[in-house]
Amino acid sequence: MLDLLIIVSVVLGIIALAQLIKVLDLASQARGENSWENTDKDNKAQARLMPVFLVVYFASIIYQMVAWGKYLLPVSASAHGETIDNLMMTSWIVIFPVFILTHILLFYFAWKYSYDKNRKAEFFPHSNKLELLWTIVPTVVLSILILYGLNTWNNITTPASEEDDAVLIELYAYQFGWIARYAGEDREFGDANVRLIEGVNALGMDSTDSRGWDDKIVRAEFHLPVNRPVQFIFRAQDVIHSAYMPHFRAQMNCVPGMTTRFGYTPTITTSEMKGITQNDEFNYILLCNKICGAAHYNMQMDIIVESEAEYETWLAEQKVFLPMDGTPKVKEVAPEEVVDSTFTEAEEMTTASIN
Amino acid sequence: MSAHTHHDDNDFLFKYIFSTDHKMIAKQFLLTGTFMGFIGMMMSLFFRIQLGWPGEASPLLESVLGSWAPDGILAPDKYLALVTIHGTIMVFFLLTAGLSGTFSNLLIPLQIGARDMASGFMNMLSYWLFFLSSLVMLASLFVEGGPAAGGWTIYPPLSALPEAMPGSGLGMTLWIASMAIFIMSSLLGSLNYIVTILNLRTKGMTMTRMPLTIWAFFVTAILGVLSFPVLFAAVLLLLFDRSFGTSFYLSDIFIAGKALEVEGGSPILYEHLFWFLGHPEVYIILLPALGITSEVVATNARKPIFGYRAMIGSILAIGFISVLVWGHHMFVTGMSPFLGAVFTFTTLLVAIPSAVKVFNYLTTLWKGNIIFTPAMLFAIGLVSTFITGGLTGIILGDSALDINVHDTYFVVGHFHIVMGLSGTFGMICGVYHWFPKMFGRMLDKRLGFVHFWLTITSAYGVFFPMHFLGLAGVPRRYYTNSSFPLFDNLIDINVTISIFAFIGGVAQFIFLYNLLYSMFKGPKSPKNPWMSNTLEWTTPVEHIHGNWPGAIPEVHRWPYDYSKPGADSDFIPQDVPLGPDEKDEGH
Repeated sequence: MLDLLIIVSVVLGIIALAQLIKVLDLASQARGENSWENTDKDNKAQARLMPVFLVVYFASIIYQMVAWGKYLLPVSASAHGETIDNLMMTSWIVIFPVFILTHILLFYFAWKYSYDKNRKAEFFPHSNKLELLWTIVPTVVLSILILYGLNTWNNITTPASEEDDAVLIELYAYQFGWIARYAGEDREFGDANVRLIEGVNALGMDSTDSRGWDDKIVRAEFHLPVNRPVQFIFRAQDVIHSAYMPHFRAQMNCVPGMTTRFGYTPTITTSEMKGITQNDEFNYILLCNKICGAAHYNMQMDIIVESEAEYETWLAEQKVFLPMDGTPKVKEVAPEEVVDSTFTEAEEMTTASIN
Repeated sequence: MSAHTHHDDNDFLFKYIFSTDHKMIAKQFLLTGTFMGFIGMMMSLFFRIQLGWPGEASPLLESVLGSWAPDGILAPDKYLALVTIHGTIMVFFLLTAGLSGTFSNLLIPLQIGARDMASGFMNMLSYWLFFLSSLVMLASLFVEGGPAAGGWTIYPPLSALPEAMPGSGLGMTLWIASMAIFIMSSLLGSLNYIVTILNLRTKGMTMTRMPLTIWAFFVTAILGVLSFPVLFAAVLLLLFDRSFGTSFYLSDIFIAGKALEVEGGSPILYEHLFWFLGHPEVYIILLPALGITSEVVATNARKPIFGYRAMIGSILAIGFISVLVWGHHMFVTGMSPFLGAVFTFTTLLVAIPSAVKVFNYLTTLWKGNIIFTPAMLFAIGLVSTFITGGLTGIILGDSALDINVHDTYFVVGHFHIVMGLSGTFGMICGVYHWFPKMFGRMLDKRLGFVHFWLTITSAYGVFFPMHFLGLAGVPRRYYTNSSFPLFDNLIDINVTISIFAFIGGVAQFIFLYNLLYSMFKGPKSPKNPWMSNTLEWTTPVEHIHGNWPGAIPEVHRWPYDYSKPGADSDFIPQDVPLGPDEKDEGH
């Protein structure tokens, strides 16, 4: 029914338009005009619309800033994020006046110099002075922005050093979710390989690698201590994903076949941010920002930033990959056997105990 | 001369279908490109329904899209399919083939004073390959699993593995086939444009007497020849990975319950290859639009384009820099921070020639005598969109800032304004201006006025709010924002965008109506309706092979002698000899 209505209204619209044009044509023919050549009246009307449009455009931008400005991301929750926000503000301070000035000139000139048959346009083909002016000024301004930007970029991308005592976390992306792995006491991750993925071993961890035994694997949410550097290592299982943590001004792609890195220092705890945003429901999130399949739009993990003590308590509660009570349990099992293993759990237990 | 190789004019098949006449081929490109453009636009309106009112049943969607929208709700994977094909069609079929194919073909021989393209046959082949690639792309909509859905950039492994998503099956193979044919079409066209411009200029038409349109088409064609073959290689390797078990782009993948036998490839390699085309592609779209509007602004301001040589210089500079900036699409792929710094530097350099262009446009309007034809309105609109969209590029090109806005709606807003709108405005501007040359009839100005004001208002209504979405952290290519409480407030913005999108869509149908009506019923065109200087207006209104019935006119001056002091008329066509004391500004 609705479809029919839409079709009928479109058809009627076209007919109405055609009739309107016919009427207008007849009227203009009567005045000795045609349907394509601009009359003085046309030029005047269009010229008047120029400043009107400028005002509407600027007013709509102000409206958007007022109405939607409060929905933008809150203050950065990471140390480097503040430098990004400062750089962003500086860029806006450069961009906005240029935007406003050029638009005023564009629409002002268009309005001011509309056609007048008694006037002749000024023949002004070139001026080296002017060309030089608007080559040099943008060059200087951009040089400053480039230097400032590169300085910020270098500071952000310098990896955390050993002394920083960074928390090591691997973020593992798959269709369609995230797994986080903490490096554990030894501050090293155990080897992992897609060929070892099976059942509960979603990360494909190599159980013969002792570095991985104390790794802690968490889902749904991961915790970070405030004011301590975090070094993330990113991996992906199937397609490219992107780990995007907007509140921390952090993003890095997760690419199958390689590892990528990004580090930051959280500066505001989740509960402090609840106060800043005046939103009790507030939660930091990790989301996927690279198209990865049908459920790309819903691939999330919560991030909790808390005090060092709370963080240690939480981390202590998390289970390690292979609980150690003396000797390694599956030390001799070769990777191939793990993949191809069709043993039941009971049989595996037996094998393990024999070893 | 190619005029002699033509078949008899009365032969319908060779006059209208397999024509080797550049004017007919231009019209074929325009019609096919416009048709594809409307399909691309309708797709965007369909997914705007989903984005504005997520999860609400729309009977319209169900009746149009059928099984893609069961119960009137667009399926998530089909949402991605629509986004992907919308992007592909708009970037390649409308704004590359539609724009360059139409205006390079129409204007290069006419404005440089040539009888036809260097190779009429290659030109015909170029169109028919484009037509074929359009058919293949459209056919991919109807195969099982649907068309390609991995985004218009089709990054592997998503696009390489059929098990990764439904659209990565046969639909993806057809996408690759279509693009391979498209690239052949583009190369044949570009080579022809370059050779024609270099070799077939009429007497007196030196390089510095060529209209800026020709300069823009020239550099565009060179960019196309340099970068499209790289995309060809990229998609060919992708095809190998998909069908022949290679692993150029694949390594260490576990999908659909099993680990794949692929090792050693890198998806990042694909990204480098893709963007080596992908970024110059932006200028393959923009430069013709800028060339067209330079011409239209000068003609309708009745004033020479300011800084003709600086405009040529900035076209060359933009063309040169554009092949050195592709890495700015990859700041967060984990590339070396040093490389990121280099690409930030080269990227922000583009702003300099762009700024020169903007100020030259503004100075051209200053003390002009402006006739607001619909073409002129769209040219002014282009200056506005080029500024608005270009400025946010300063933010995205800065690697440190890109970290947090990369792949968000901020990017969507930016490139739609600076490339999508500027490209479309340039193309529409060209259609209004050269419609009389193509069809011998005039478009209706009042519909043109309405079309322009509705278009620019709705265009900003659609794309400006997207910056706010991006700064709120909303990723692009999300089927809905409703999975995150963080984005709950933003639904108003999405509704606003969708409503403006529908208004903009309706406005384009006004344009379509004007086109189709005027093509058959419009008033007959005079020989030089806009009182313009360039050579195309010295040809007869009725198209003839070889363009000029007699000798090709000789060129004596640059194309921008508008309102020259001492002249009676406010324009002096290029074929008018210089007066005794007159100086030619082009030399």
